[in-house]
Amino acid sequence: MKATTIHAKAHVYGDHIDTDRIIPGKYTKTLDLSTLADHVLEDLDPNFNKIVQQGDILVAGINFGCGSSREQAPLALKQAGVSVVIAHDFARIFFRNAINIGLPVLEIADHNIQKGAELDIDLKAGIVKDLSANKVYSATKLPDIMIDILNEGGLVNYLTKHGNYSL
Amino acid sequence: MGQTISEKIISKHVGKKVFAGELVISDVDGAMASDTTGPLTIKAFHEMGGKKVFNPEKCALIIDHAAPSPNERIANLHKMMRDFAKEQGIRLFEIGEGICHQVMVENQYVKPGDIFIGADSHTPTYGALNAFACGVGSTDLAATMMTGKIWLKVPQTIKINCSGKLKEGVTAKDLILFLVGKVTVSGATYQAIEFSGEAFEGLSLASRMTIANMSSEMGAKTGIVHPKGLQLDYDFEAITPDEHANYVKVFDFDVSDLEPQVSAPESPDNVHNISAYEGTKIDYAFIGTCCNGRLEDLDIAAEILKGKKIHPDVRMVIAPASQSVLLDAMKNGSMSTLIEAGASLITSGCGPCVGTHQGVPADGEVVISAANRNFRGRMGNPNSNIYLGAPSTVAAAALEGYIVNPKKYLL
Repeated sequence: MKATTIHAKAHVYGDHIDTDRIIPGKYTKTLDLSTLADHVLEDLDPNFNKIVQQGDILVAGINFGCGSSREQAPLALKQAGVSVVIAHDFARIFFRNAINIGLPVLEIADHNIQKGAELDIDLKAGIVKDLSANKVYSATKLPDIMIDILNEGGLVNYLTKHGNYSL
Repeated sequence: MGQTISEKIISKHVGKKVFAGELVISDVDGAMASDTTGPLTIKAFHEMGGKKVFNPEKCALIIDHAAPSPNERIANLHKMMRDFAKEQGIRLFEIGEGICHQVMVENQYVKPGDIFIGADSHTPTYGALNAFACGVGSTDLAATMMTGKIWLKVPQTIKINCSGKLKEGVTAKDLILFLVGKVTVSGATYQAIEFSGEAFEGLSLASRMTIANMSSEMGAKTGIVHPKGLQLDYDFEAITPDEHANYVKVFDFDVSDLEPQVSAPESPDNVHNISAYEGTKIDYAFIGTCCNGRLEDLDIAAEILKGKKIHPDVRMVIAPASQSVLLDAMKNGSMSTLIEAGASLITSGCGPCVGTHQGVPADGEVVISAANRNFRGRMGNPNSNIYLGAPSTVAAAALEGYIVNPKKYLL
């Protein structure tokens, strides 16, 4: 994990945002990751890829990333500039994929972050300050192995360094 | 303390008794990726320093999601998979050989009691075989192919107990749609499901695959059908839960009066009795996928369409789950019946279900599909609507031009 503090604006969406909405299946068959960013969230909000700024924060409700196992979903978000995803909770494959590619994800079951909110995030501590609403949230702690993978910047780096898994 | 099926299978693999909540690093018995996830898997495998896969006989690559290749970009990704398979000595299932989950089961890459990791979200399908099978993404799969291992949190288990036998004309798809509606699309997130009770005991392997397949539509890590009544053409040791196993939740349903079920746009858990949607006009009927493209699915559709023609305003697409299914349906006549009725046969594979090619719906069109997902845009057009039902429901709708209870054709 390179930057451990983030200050940015929140783009807020709802519950059950599936991977087809994050990146439609027809765009997933590519290794040119920049093309993923062109279509990120297009069936949910066709403007998203125009308004998202490098470092912005994506905020959602429950079951974010449900559906397919496509790693292109977190890759598309990361490629579009999203620095962290906050949700009430995540679908499990998306959650693993995000950590594996080095996209931080924070599960905050009781957040009430509103569109456009300015957030200050301490990733290491899992603390999110909603400056617009003057609220502080703390995220569910990740399992240790996920913290290790995220600290290395993803699973590729983790395995390059360690050669195998360790608990 | 008693153990669930998942706890028992994982314990056997890690060499000690483990329970829900524990983190483990486990050996795996098999790993596979498709052409959606395979290219990124190969890229990650090289990037993490992978030289040789842990065991070429336990790894497989399947070209099924966009097969045959619809354009040069995908053709090149397929070539990358073929090259990697050759270099590693692992089997690549070619275009038309079938959908990953179907060919993994047919070719015995996965057996009862195994832990299998697949880079596809419907990998829990192998729970039909009394195996612990999880979907992952490409980088996780690359790591598994390199190390032969996966890290897992031993999941809590939800038990779904269904008493009673399904009525005539009501199928495993209706049962699992009903259960997805009750449990909801996030009701089993991070958890395992055990399906048990009389309703599952008489089901064929194909029907059990339909059940386990849609565990992913409840967010589950895996979904295992109790092995009671499971018949395979080889000997196996069944893994059953202990009497005092610990379940995080238990659902009890009596399904003896269950009616055919339909899931309406745009979430698989938007499920109601078919009567709620009878009369809905449809443009396009699709039977296939890892959920419902097997012989019994084509047979029931053929039974409904035998000697008849589909509605003139409807087109119908059939994608058998594998070449072997296709050959069987040719031999028993179901395939000719479907084609004579007006259906169009496409290559065995995922085809229209993932919206890449082979049948993208037009704006405003309504699809009735035997697949497992109806998210907006799933079949490639966000301006179309997808209803999910059993193959019998799809065939009856193709015949009449609107959603109708198929039972009158089956009794």
